[in-house]
Amino acid sequence: MATDTIQLSVARYDPAVDQAPRQQTYEIPYQDDMVVLDALNWIKTHLDGSVNYRWSCRMGICGSCGMKVNGTPRLGCSVFLRDYLPGPVVVEPLPNFPVIRDLVIDMTSFMEKLASVKPWIISHDRAPALAAGEHRQTPAQVEQYRQFSMCINCMLCYAACPVIAIEPHFVGPAAIALARRYDLDSRDHAGQERLRTVTGSDAIWDCSFIGECSAVCPKGVDPAKAIQQTKFESTLGMLLPWGGFR
Amino acid sequence: MAVEIPTYDVLVVGGGLAGIRAAIAAAEAAPKLKIGMVSKVYPMRSHTVSAEGGIAAVLREPDSFDGHAYDTIKGSDYLADQDVVEVFVREAPLEVIQMEHWGCPWSREPDGRISVRPFGGMTTWRTVFAADKSGFHMLHTVFQTSLQFPQIERLDEFFVTSLINEDGRCQGVIGFDMRSGEIQSLAARSVILATGGNGRIYAFTTNGAICTGDGMALAYRAGVPLKDMEFVQFHPTGMPSTGILITEAVRGEGGYLTNADGERFLTNYVPNKMELGPRDIISRAMVTEFEAGRGLKGPYGDYMNLDVRHLGSEVINRKLPFMRELMGEYMGIDIVSDPMPVRPVEHYMMGGVDTDASGRTPLPGLYAAGECANAGINGANRLGSNSLPECLVFGAAAGRAAAQDAQAVKAPGANPIGGLVKDERKRIEDGFLERTTGDQRVGEIREDLQKAMDRGVAVFRTKEGLTRALKDLAQLRERFARVRLDDHSRTFNTELVAVLELENMLDGAETIVASALARDESRGSHARRDFPERNDEKYLAHTLAYHVPGGQPRLEYRPVRITNWQPQARTY
Repeated sequence: MATDTIQLSVARYDPAVDQAPRQQTYEIPYQDDMVVLDALNWIKTHLDGSVNYRWSCRMGICGSCGMKVNGTPRLGCSVFLRDYLPGPVVVEPLPNFPVIRDLVIDMTSFMEKLASVKPWIISHDRAPALAAGEHRQTPAQVEQYRQFSMCINCMLCYAACPVIAIEPHFVGPAAIALARRYDLDSRDHAGQERLRTVTGSDAIWDCSFIGECSAVCPKGVDPAKAIQQTKFESTLGMLLPWGGFR
Repeated sequence: MAVEIPTYDVLVVGGGLAGIRAAIAAAEAAPKLKIGMVSKVYPMRSHTVSAEGGIAAVLREPDSFDGHAYDTIKGSDYLADQDVVEVFVREAPLEVIQMEHWGCPWSREPDGRISVRPFGGMTTWRTVFAADKSGFHMLHTVFQTSLQFPQIERLDEFFVTSLINEDGRCQGVIGFDMRSGEIQSLAARSVILATGGNGRIYAFTTNGAICTGDGMALAYRAGVPLKDMEFVQFHPTGMPSTGILITEAVRGEGGYLTNADGERFLTNYVPNKMELGPRDIISRAMVTEFEAGRGLKGPYGDYMNLDVRHLGSEVINRKLPFMRELMGEYMGIDIVSDPMPVRPVEHYMMGGVDTDASGRTPLPGLYAAGECANAGINGANRLGSNSLPECLVFGAAAGRAAAQDAQAVKAPGANPIGGLVKDERKRIEDGFLERTTGDQRVGEIREDLQKAMDRGVAVFRTKEGLTRALKDLAQLRERFARVRLDDHSRTFNTELVAVLELENMLDGAETIVASALARDESRGSHARRDFPERNDEKYLAHTLAYHVPGGQPRLEYRPVRITNWQPQARTY
């Protein structure tokens, strides 16, 4: 059945005037090829310029437009209105984060967590000379860490994580996946130095491999696997005299 | 009550590949300096993230610096400054290795060496890549690497509205933190602009929403010329619906471009290069075929087929997985079994803030790098995979030069800055945020700007079309004067950001149209139907567009610098 219009119910919140978030409904022209982000852009352009959300690339790679769509954390640019006919489509900010305004969450805590796991190459040779050229790394060695390097920091996994919901200080799925990305890189020799940053708090042990993080990841990253591997490495580190790492 | 003004030695505006590279270079050059990195988005959202195909660099025999330089200069239709190109090609491999040492997951050969792939306009295989997400991996690598430098202080989601230009020197910026909406100054001994291009002035573009040319407009309004703005790159292969980029690597890996007759029509345009011809020529060939009725017809207009079926799923999954994902998601097409529909799409601004090879602008204390800048390597047409090395080479150069500069000058004084902030507060708060008169919507003016640019300033241009675009812009300016926001809140007001971006877009568009109207020749991406030939006698020169408050830009010309390669007919 052809639909001419569709309703979007958008969470609105301005701390200066609102006691609590409220939903506001907009009716917009519907087309088959529209994603939720297109709908929000239509509202902002033509109906209500005061609706606030983040977006940029509209191709699922910049990670800006994470939002809750009909209850599930999704990228607004990757979810089609046609999958929610006849509507309404309910759009809310990602849970497990403070809300700054409307759909805009405060991700300061993630930025700190990301930096805390030392997501950079820690090499024996602190600053190898460029003239020495490239490290050799075979396709199989790249494959070791590749999937964990695909994280776009979109925060969907934090929104889905039942541990974060209870323990906000938990380093969390994306940061652990990125720590694992460097741990598994043949150019990296951080060993315990990075592992300690991840297992320093007890929260990682509360993760019971529910796998919500991996299920919502729009890029096929498997943070749950990274968390399990990290726990395993950490346990080895306690049991084995050489620290269990390499 | 004296409010302390945050003061930096080096302040980088923009957190994409060029900006982060500049910040790290400054930190490494002078570890005691305090470096600020301001960005209107979190750095990993920057548009570098959408670069796909790869980064050109001379890594090994039999490739040569001369080869990369010649390809770049010929690709530029001889408008590149050849001394700068020579610096660029020598630095590019070092930057690729630096990225490797920082952990970039480059695609590799079975023996572990970095792989290279062919790219348009390059005579040999020299494009290094990370599958078809090269920009994404480079941006995240360099951003994560930057986190280990405590002297780099980030100001995420801070929007810069003007440069502080005092006593003939750039001494910082004024802007606002988007969370508080508080307009404030950031003082600096030197400032680097790395804010990207302004492709969003077009409706059909590969560029993300943030590509509004803010740094170009900031410099322009501060009296710095924008160079060669008429040269706008149209990438041959955009997704017809959204404009999402379909990487040139598809053709690099052996994809065919075919018309409605199933013919590889490039035999009639670039017979020796075919699908690996340069972007300007292939985009013109496609439009010419459309006009001759040989395009395929779809819901989004004429298109061509880009076919990789003969490559097989193994190669596609290993080298072009993102293309398979994007075409599947947005067009419902599996590229293993069906050709991809594509059409030319606005992609990159060759023009930008006038700089030298160290990123210096004519305004002391101000530097620029990346797409927002024009150091002179791209001329009238950039070759694919030359923009990522451009960000790294000139980002690093600007970072080093700005660090050196910062150590030689005194900290800016607070007195003039206080007055400037007051003026800026008035301009923004009275002019936009709190204003309750006016009848024009930000988004609707922006849409009409985009339509005007798509219509009048595209692959082929005429005096009539450009003149009409100029009139359109004048009308849009009038409407802009009557703009009224729906949102008067100070908290994360993206409509306020959008109206200031729109102002920047109007400034950028104006320089493009004025520069294009004045160049009565065809060169590289600037194809005038009324002047189809290149005219070296008159136009072997860069256009410099200077801001004239309330009027049209004033244009000057500067001769191209030629070292070893005399201009020749550009055939492929």
